[in-house]
Amino acid sequence: MYDIEKIRKDFPILQQKINGKRNTFLDTAASAQKPQAVIDAVVKMYSQTYANVHRGSYYLSEMATSAYENARRIVKDFINAKSEKEIIFTRSATEGMNLVASSWGLNNLKAGDEVLLSEAEHHGNLVPWQNTCAKTGATLRFFKVNDDGSFDIENFYKLLNPKVKMVAVTGMSNILGTVFPVKEIAHAAHLAGALCLVDACQSIVHTVTDVQDIGCDFMAFSGHKLYAPSGIGCLYGKYDLLCSMAPYQFGGDMIENVTYEKTTFTTPPARFEAGTPAIVQAVGFGVALQYLQAIGMKNIAAHEHELVKYTNERLKEIPELKIIGTAADKGGVFSFALGNIHPQDVAFILDKEGVSVRTGHHCAQPIVNRMGYNSLARASLGLYTNNEDIDCFVNALKKAQTFFKQA
Amino acid sequence: MQINELIENFDLLDSWEDKYRYLIDLGEKLPPLPDQYKTEQWKISGCQSQVWLVPDFSVANKITFIGDSDASIVKGLIFIVLSIFNNQSPQTIKDIDVDDIFAKIGLEEHLSPSRRNGLSALVDKIKNYAQNK
Repeated sequence: MYDIEKIRKDFPILQQKINGKRNTFLDTAASAQKPQAVIDAVVKMYSQTYANVHRGSYYLSEMATSAYENARRIVKDFINAKSEKEIIFTRSATEGMNLVASSWGLNNLKAGDEVLLSEAEHHGNLVPWQNTCAKTGATLRFFKVNDDGSFDIENFYKLLNPKVKMVAVTGMSNILGTVFPVKEIAHAAHLAGALCLVDACQSIVHTVTDVQDIGCDFMAFSGHKLYAPSGIGCLYGKYDLLCSMAPYQFGGDMIENVTYEKTTFTTPPARFEAGTPAIVQAVGFGVALQYLQAIGMKNIAAHEHELVKYTNERLKEIPELKIIGTAADKGGVFSFALGNIHPQDVAFILDKEGVSVRTGHHCAQPIVNRMGYNSLARASLGLYTNNEDIDCFVNALKKAQTFFKQA
Repeated sequence: MQINELIENFDLLDSWEDKYRYLIDLGEKLPPLPDQYKTEQWKISGCQSQVWLVPDFSVANKITFIGDSDASIVKGLIFIVLSIFNNQSPQTIKDIDVDDIFAKIGLEEHLSPSRRNGLSALVDKIKNYAQNK
């Protein structure tokens, strides 16, 4: 059974009061809070086993290297990659997508080619492709989502054609919550002769992720949304494909042999990890994934599924509240508008009630505009969210309504 | 309204509810910004709501601003900021220490960090106009 109260005790920040109120943290989709195990691992490494990796033949460096490479194996297992050589540590998912858009995109795309994205992409999987298309002359196209935020499958197949060389799609929209059928999309992309990249930032947190089953060529995700430290992310790439790609950044650790005139580059993943990596963050990433595996991603998914149902039920009590993104298959993010009260005004009142939600365009401005808004508030759920969080959220929303009716 | 009067008024309010209500009232006193100015050109970036600021240099050695937002509490904050800076000389605008004034108003404890960023973008823009005058 899913012992939510026991799990909540693993997160020290949740015990803290916010503005004198219970900490109702509903911005996990932006960044998740960290369990004690991750915090301890970070402190322990800095206290006991820290040194630079892949450098010295001394005890501490060997300990650090071993911990860093072990984290790579944990990530590999977590997404069921074939080999840890397919796991590149990045700063963030955004860096992973930049890496593909630059290293693969700039060298493989040309005028007449097309890159196909969904309308609902985060800027991290949109702006790098805009840049690459502008430089190569390739055309950027977008398949639609329906007005309820669901995947418009017909439009996708209509736009997929042999000119498309890359389909880059989110696994789950950070605004709409829509879960995209990435396995089907990757399969269709391959049949059309294109590669497929999945931005798994939101989806990987809520479900079991198996890159071999999905069949995508690349997958990018961040650690900090997976309850790991910030500053670490992962780019998965099929090994042969990674081997065919040129380096993205240049410097230490990615070289094979350097003379003043010329450098040869080493094999992936080191080829794409120039400079000292985020060592401790990577180790914390591994510990976070072990923490998730101990609970079980299926159990987390089931818990969040129940919570989404409960949230939908409770939000019905507020007729003025409109949820943006109501696809049948949707994860734990609720973008909303509360009558004609500005989202930022709503968030100010919620903050005073100890309820943290995000407002603005959420780094996905085009889809917010496409849904008819220039700013939205968003509440998002995590593995530690409980019914009481939702109750406090609903009460705070009612308080905001009363406040602005009187004001 | 003078900034000293505002500081005194805020001092009389104890709860955040009352302070926010007063902010909303102040926001409603802002002269309306004509729609023609609600464009990208006059928008302050870095805010979670839309904030516009339009300078008026028509009086010699003075700058007057009109500001607006689509969020009510932010409008109140703009009212306060403009009470501080409006109708001052460019040199005075450059010299004013707003942090000190915000601390006196006692709003800093009620301002979320993101809002302070939004406000500081507005203050930066005002100072920028004064600098380039």
